[in-house]
Amino acid sequence: MSREERELPERSAADKRAFKQELTDVVPHLRAFARGLCGRPDMADDLVQETLLKAWAAQERFEPGTSMRAWTFVILRNAYLTDMRRNRFRGEYDETAAERILTAPAGQEEPIHLSDMHRALLTLPPERREALLLVGAGGFSYEEAAQICGCAVGTIKSRVGRARAALTTMIEDGTIPERSIGDPSAHGAILEELDDVAAGRGQAIPTK
Amino acid sequence: MTGRKRNTSKRGPEWASGLKQLYDSVIEEPIPDAFKDLLSKLDDGKR
Repeated sequence: MSREERELPERSAADKRAFKQELTDVVPHLRAFARGLCGRPDMADDLVQETLLKAWAAQERFEPGTSMRAWTFVILRNAYLTDMRRNRFRGEYDETAAERILTAPAGQEEPIHLSDMHRALLTLPPERREALLLVGAGGFSYEEAAQICGCAVGTIKSRVGRARAALTTMIEDGTIPERSIGDPSAHGAILEELDDVAAGRGQAIPTK
Repeated sequence: MTGRKRNTSKRGPEWASGLKQLYDSVIEEPIPDAFKDLLSKLDDGKR
């Protein structure tokens, strides 16, 4: 493929179908990455849908032959960080309460408890969480992760190192945040709390 | 952005096996219909 051609070729119907197929294939990975970032499965899936629409709209900018996964991961993490800054909860982003709420499963079809690992992961700041997910679970090298996150390789290494240290401490010391629900009837209470946070009346859920 | 380089070990770094399990558990989930619907609506010229 000639790299001297800088102008973007017009996409034929065949190109679009190929792009769509690649995009379809990457959906499970996007869901996995989003779930690690967001915690709540419904929010994670919303994020992935948003990402697919953006990717489709920007398909002219995708270089065939390069990694669809890396390309779409960039779109997803940018969307996630933007949403966070714009306060998806609409009220004041109460980090403590929101993180505890985020560790609660959203729907009835979900298992009642998240794994210890997931809850611990969600306490990390987003930049460290995404670095850990990309390198530890996403199968990317440090260099690829650095490109996705738009930072230096050294920064990724530092973030991964700190994230690992924090997780290890939490797991070893048994200081992972407790599940704040013990039974299905608590779902409703959790979701009401979420509405409160969204309306700016956020309060920390009392821990056991 | 390079496309072909991958983490050479399929299992990834040793320290991340728990994380990988978490990630893989989502990959193995069936794709919700909402995604199939969305993808089918993207216009690729197919009638």
